[in-house]
Amino acid sequence: MNPRLENAGFDAWLVRLFDDIDEASMNWIAALVQACEQAFGKQLVELVPSYTTLLVQFDPLTLDHAEAGRLLQQLLAKLEPLEDNTQHEVKTLPVWYHPSVGPDLARLAQHTGLSTQQIIELHSGHTYRVFALGFAPGFAFMGTLPEQLETPRLASPRSTVPAGSVALAGRQTAAYPRTTPGGWNLLGRTPARLFDPASQNLSLLRVGDRVRFEPVSKAEFERLGGDTSPMEAP
Amino acid sequence: MSLLIEKPGPLSTLQDAGRFGVRHLGVAQGGPADLHAWAWANWLVGNGWGATALEITLGGLTLTAQQPCRLALCGADMQARVNGRPLPHWQSFTLEPGETLALGMARSGVRAYLAVAGGFQAEPVLDSTACVVRDGLGGHKGDGSPLAAGDELRFDRATQNAGSNRSLPERERRGYQDDPVLALIPGAQFRHFEDHSLIEALSRPWTVDPQSDRMGIRLKGSLLQCNMETLVSEGLTLGAVQVPPDGQPIVLLNDRQTIGGYPRLGTLSPLSCAQLAQCRPGQALRLLTTTASEAQREYRKFRAQF
Repeated sequence: MNPRLENAGFDAWLVRLFDDIDEASMNWIAALVQACEQAFGKQLVELVPSYTTLLVQFDPLTLDHAEAGRLLQQLLAKLEPLEDNTQHEVKTLPVWYHPSVGPDLARLAQHTGLSTQQIIELHSGHTYRVFALGFAPGFAFMGTLPEQLETPRLASPRSTVPAGSVALAGRQTAAYPRTTPGGWNLLGRTPARLFDPASQNLSLLRVGDRVRFEPVSKAEFERLGGDTSPMEAP
Repeated sequence: MSLLIEKPGPLSTLQDAGRFGVRHLGVAQGGPADLHAWAWANWLVGNGWGATALEITLGGLTLTAQQPCRLALCGADMQARVNGRPLPHWQSFTLEPGETLALGMARSGVRAYLAVAGGFQAEPVLDSTACVVRDGLGGHKGDGSPLAAGDELRFDRATQNAGSNRSLPERERRGYQDDPVLALIPGAQFRHFEDHSLIEALSRPWTVDPQSDRMGIRLKGSLLQCNMETLVSEGLTLGAVQVPPDGQPIVLLNDRQTIGGYPRLGTLSPLSCAQLAQCRPGQALRLLTTTASEAQREYRKFRAQF
């Protein structure tokens, strides 16, 4: 690790910790998040962790840009990664994998040469790490997907992807918190409430979390409040 | 106490200073696209920093007072009239019950701000009333909806008589006709752009592309060549100037996505973002480099007035 500070405007620094995507990076980034929360206190405005970086935005009225940079250098000099949270809770997202709510299953099968059942087994048989949140509130970019499932995103994004849709693109997977346009390959739907402005935690998933997808039957999906309305034919 | 919306115009939304402390969850900032006009509109009716005002895009809004209220209108000139009489801009005024404020289409600039004494009342969502349509958060209903005909904007009766009418000093008024020079703080990838691209970016004018909104303003001009492709997605700040492979920069504004992976030329200062947000499609502008500390001095000087 060779962290460096990059200018991100008059009230922010981007700390680049790594150059490549690696699940182990999340333990370092989480450590820097904690260190910044303690060191900056009330002068902290935003911390945006992502795959290899942490964006640190501070209060420009009370903290000088250069001073904030010096503070970050000090934190980086003594940074140690947080302990791996393998032993901690793994969050589970129930998924009804089915062509009516996962209209790209057939295409995924064709692209990967796997059967639909093998795709479901591979996707749900792996524990993912949340690398970043973005695109929409509560939208978690998770990885890394087993190599056999790697599939490019759609050539032309759909104008409407229903809330709860579970999708993959490249080596990543995600679930759509709300109905939006989207270009990822859809393989099922989760009844989980991924973002709720009224709840204390707001977002079900956070950067660094470990997540598994658990196949459920249509009946179980409905019992959990899932929306079974089928996707329109593409 | 409320104002009744007769005609909402193409896009009218409530905006406070923005939604902060939630960017790590993928939630956009929101807030006024033109910080300058929004802040002065609030100042004219005696509001402190951060009060909720109405951002009116392009014009076309008509509303009627149901109770007396003290208002101020700043920003783009939308030929405002009260019961048909022309309304002076950049000063506070009182609307009596039954009186109608009607805005035409913007003649110069893009966005106007209507502030009410005490601020408009809306239930904060994640500690902010800022309306972000794409996130479905904030605004007068709390769900990100822009104004529609028949909606009511609430205010507090008690604050309407307090304070006297104010007029904005001439030096703070803006006409938006001049082509602005925007302050760019060069970013980490600045040196990854080809030399000739940097010379062109800083010496030739850019024009504002019609494909622009509160998420970002696209600039048209010389094609910028960067010797790096895309990056791994990382956090984006207000005013980040990202350059996709097509070489045409996009300046990210208040409703921008929280992370992105294009190389960046740098970041515009917040007051330059405010100027850019008032540029009409086709309008020309120039970029001039500044330093983070100079931009910080400028911002502190601006904020000290409120």
